[in-house]
Amino acid sequence: MADTSAAASHGQPGDVTKRDFLKLVAGAGAAIGAAAMAWPLIDSMNPSKDVLAMSSVEVDLTPIAVGQGITLMWRGKPVFVRHRTEQEIKDAEAVQLGQLIDPQADDARVKPGEKQWIVLVGICTHLGCIPTGNKPTEMRGDWGGWFCPCHGSQYDTSGRVRHGPAPANLAVPPYAFESDTKIKIG
Amino acid sequence: MVGLNKSEFKNPVVNWIDTRLPIFTMMQNEYGAFPTPKNFNYLWNFGALAMINLMIMMVTGVFLAMNYQPNATLAFDSVQHIMRDVNYGWLLRYVHQNGASMFFIVVFVHIFRNMYYGSYKNPRELLWIFGVVLLLLMMATSFMGYVLPWGQMSYWGATVITNLFSAFPVVGDPIVTWLWGGFSVDNPTLNRFFSLHYLLPFVIFGVTFLHVVALHITGSNNPLGIDVKSPQDTLPFHPYYTVKDSVGLCVYLLVFAIFVFFWPNLLGDPNNFIPANPLQTPADIVPEWYFLPFYAILRSVPNKLGGVCLMFGSIAVLFVLPWLDTSPVRSARFRPIFRKLIWLWIVSVGVLGVCGANKPEGIWVVLSRVGTAYYFLHFLVILPILGKLERPLPLPESISRPVIGGGPLPGGAAAKPMEKV
Ligand code: HEM
Ligand code: FES
Repeated sequence: MADTSAAASHGQPGDVTKRDFLKLVAGAGAAIGAAAMAWPLIDSMNPSKDVLAMSSVEVDLTPIAVGQGITLMWRGKPVFVRHRTEQEIKDAEAVQLGQLIDPQADDARVKPGEKQWIVLVGICTHLGCIPTGNKPTEMRGDWGGWFCPCHGSQYDTSGRVRHGPAPANLAVPPYAFESDTKIKIG
Repeated sequence: MVGLNKSEFKNPVVNWIDTRLPIFTMMQNEYGAFPTPKNFNYLWNFGALAMINLMIMMVTGVFLAMNYQPNATLAFDSVQHIMRDVNYGWLLRYVHQNGASMFFIVVFVHIFRNMYYGSYKNPRELLWIFGVVLLLLMMATSFMGYVLPWGQMSYWGATVITNLFSAFPVVGDPIVTWLWGGFSVDNPTLNRFFSLHYLLPFVIFGVTFLHVVALHITGSNNPLGIDVKSPQDTLPFHPYYTVKDSVGLCVYLLVFAIFVFFWPNLLGDPNNFIPANPLQTPADIVPEWYFLPFYAILRSVPNKLGGVCLMFGSIAVLFVLPWLDTSPVRSARFRPIFRKLIWLWIVSVGVLGVCGANKPEGIWVVLSRVGTAYYFLHFLVILPILGKLERPLPLPESISRPVIGGGPLPGGAAAKPMEKV
């Protein structure tokens, strides 16, 4: 609408009139009001309080034998908890950081004094499949950790990616030891 | 009409689109330059407010539906979940709930405006009929929406209203069973009501479009009820009426906000905080406030079929209003008797509303009968006769005359209105 009439209503081209100012203030006011009204709608799609309340789980470690791993649900995602063997810990620590696709020391991925436990979000960092290898009977790949059946990514015993296409290591979720045999994830 | 549109828009992208699909030209013609009588009062805000209200209902409704469960065992809890857990869920629900009441306030004023200024008369009969269709659709939508929270009032309201159809002989009971999808109001009923409650607002949207197209063919009526005679009688819709509508919008939003933030449950029924119980009816069954006058008409006669027919008749009579009112003069300003009687009709609707909120005993039975009688008397007897008997006041020469000159001119002195542009 303004396109056809704007030129005529100005005194000099480039002049700022009182009407321009009023239009800007009114327009800005309406835009801020609309945004303020839109926010509750947008925010209502974020996780609700009950979803957030379910965002931590406790895990009893006693039933997990050496060399075994379990899969549990945390925030709707699989989490791997694996009891590593001495050999697996040694393999993970021996790797030269330079050889890694996403360099990170094993120390930085476990809790001090609890090196036998590795806790990982069980989602391949490529496109979201769940890698196999939690149970010793499953395919673990050339580095003895996990193997993703979707596009063949491989992870070592620290959950670090050793063979693409995945670009990054399996994520370590926030967790803490509540006692020697119990962790709380989230 | 084949051929590209000659677009006058300077912006090249707008121009490119407008040449192929002239929506910008259309908007400019229908909402920019659209010649509108220059003497509107604030009652002419309410159509635009109704459109905005419809938008608000559709937007909040879609977001509520993201968290609502249309299942008899989950529905009540899912509404509590919306109120307590979902971010701003309480706001979405209170806006949607009070928005329904606001919608009826706005549309009732809108209808009153049309009755007072005779907007339903030739040539706007079809426009009016679309309006009555919109009213019926709104009633159906809000009734089904009220069932969704699955509280005691939801459940028993649904039971009572669907049972209205059982009044019809022979077909009545099969119809009710069909409406329920079972032998009582239950999960199948809730599922279909949710589906239809989601659908109908889109139908309302479509009918509103037709309503507005019809309006843009006839042009708007105005407080004087006389036709536009020259361009001098009109103003372009934008900026004059976009600004006037914005002022009304601010007041409307203020009232809306006061309800939502200070009295969100004022118009609700406490019984609906109790989950639906098919084995116990609450002590008083009262519909939402906007249904009260019709509810009173339903209960005014002690005959089941008679009451149902009167209630449906009270809306049906609106469809033929343009032909019941025999006066050629539109605006009540120039109809001295009608101007008083229309208020008496409003009083009868108000009395019926109060009767609907009270138990049908003693004085309330008498009042609802008097109210019902007057409601129909107004349409079926007074309006047809009044048009013949009443002597209207002299009509002004044109819309600009009373504004500029201050009142109708004596017959002979009528100057030819000067053409602008
Ligand atoms: C969903 C509900 C409705 C919407 C969104 C709506 C929208 C509108 C709009 C935008 C206008 C033009 C602005 C105005 O004159 O105020 C209008 C005019 C009109 N409406 Fe409605 N309306 C609705 C319901 C109704 C109902 C229920 C009736 C009557 C029973 C009705 C009868 C009319 C008539 C007769 C006009 C022409 C008025 C005039 O030009 O003076 N409308 N409507
Ligand atoms: S998703 Fe795991 S390799 Fe592609």
